[in-house]
Amino acid sequence: MDAVIASLPEYWDGFLRTLYLSVISGIIALIVGTLLAAMRVSPVAALRGFSMFYVEVARNTPLTIIFFFAAIVLPRLGVKFEQFEVAAIIALSSYTAAFIAEAVRSGVNSVPVGQAEAARSVGMTFTQVLGFIVLPQAVRTVIPPLINILIALVKNSSVAGAFFVLELFGYGRQLSNDYGDQVLWILLGVAFFYLLITVPLGLLAHFVERKVAIAR
Amino acid sequence: MTTQASGDALVSLNGVNKHYGQLHVLKDINLQVRKGEVVVVIGPSGSGKSTLCRAINRLETIDDGDIAIDGKKLPEEGKDLAHLRADVGMVFQSFNLFAHKTILENVTLGPIKVKKVAKGTADKEAMALLERVGVGHQAPKLPAQLSGGQQQRVAIARALAMKPKVMLFDEPTSALDPEMINEVLDVMIQLAKEGMTMIVVTHEMGFARKAADRVVFMADGQIVEDATPEEFFTNPKSNRAKDFLSKLLTH
Repeated sequence: MDAVIASLPEYWDGFLRTLYLSVISGIIALIVGTLLAAMRVSPVAALRGFSMFYVEVARNTPLTIIFFFAAIVLPRLGVKFEQFEVAAIIALSSYTAAFIAEAVRSGVNSVPVGQAEAARSVGMTFTQVLGFIVLPQAVRTVIPPLINILIALVKNSSVAGAFFVLELFGYGRQLSNDYGDQVLWILLGVAFFYLLITVPLGLLAHFVERKVAIAR
Repeated sequence: MTTQASGDALVSLNGVNKHYGQLHVLKDINLQVRKGEVVVVIGPSGSGKSTLCRAINRLETIDDGDIAIDGKKLPEEGKDLAHLRADVGMVFQSFNLFAHKTILENVTLGPIKVKKVAKGTADKEAMALLERVGVGHQAPKLPAQLSGGQQQRVAIARALAMKPKVMLFDEPTSALDPEMINEVLDVMIQLAKEGMTMIVVTHEMGFARKAADRVVFMADGQIVEDATPEEFFTNPKSNRAKDFLSKLLTH
């Protein structure tokens, strides 16, 4: 217990870095995932094919492998970055985007096809149909799985700790070495700080779900 | 008659064929509709009449033949198709009002987003249309709060807001309770009197008699008869039509 209190500055630093990784990767993944879902339902066969290929590859590859690729292979291919955080964000967002694409796609499919037909009939283009009619209605069904994915993202960010990024898990390893006799407390402390992010996310899901309910 | 020159036709279908797998749903369809004409398409279910209606604004693709609206061939997917659809009003069996938008927004969305009409103007025109179909006081509500008949009248107003050249009705009263059918038909009859070009797929023979210039009878994916309502109902030529009409009259 003393070890946890003595290490609060490290915990705090790690917490902020985990939050930073999660928020940035989450935002990128949401944008890329939605674009991938839009491609998947578009009338252009090449876009559909690309989206399907990307999603299948990204979600079926272990996250650690994607991290290796981002942190070690990308620099060798000439993609240089100053900090390993950038590699972590690339890995986390490209991995998570695949899951978000699938969630958004299922949400799009939950909107009755007549809604899109009616929108097309008044002359809307594909992007207008999606942006004004389909996605706003898909949000409701998509929120719960989306929050699940974001919670998973927060926890997945711990893999970055193994790639030289000092976030919560990274500090956890370091502190466990420093306080060999209090490993249990150190790890409980790490878990507590993760819960500080993930539990409010779950509560947010409940709140938003009720907010966006649509009467049919 | 199908022999009119296609030059003055607002909607023209020539040699249109469509298959669903093995099923040949549209067989060599030729149909010309002139400006201001009201054409009612009737026939047994599964005869391809809804498919025909939906093919005209390319909600269904066709295998061969061509469809032209006001002399312009239906484009493939993309911006051109969207432009063309803006000129073709469509009313669905299941209304398909945008569930997350108010009644007023349902009507103004097309003009604002597609035709770039200013919001104030669009609102004013939409209110006039809603008044015209008798649901003006429902403007701030959501679609789910309205009855089926009211929703369908809003759907008609939504289509009219785009100032279409032609209106397509795909069984507009089939999903309605009997007492609501007339309120929708009255709006359609009024529209027909005002000179709107209309293609109406329906089972309402009363509407066909009252408002149609021509009745097109379809069976098994083919146009079997194309005549005035007077001719068709009193003196159908084909056995298929005689059979269909006799079944209607006995009930």
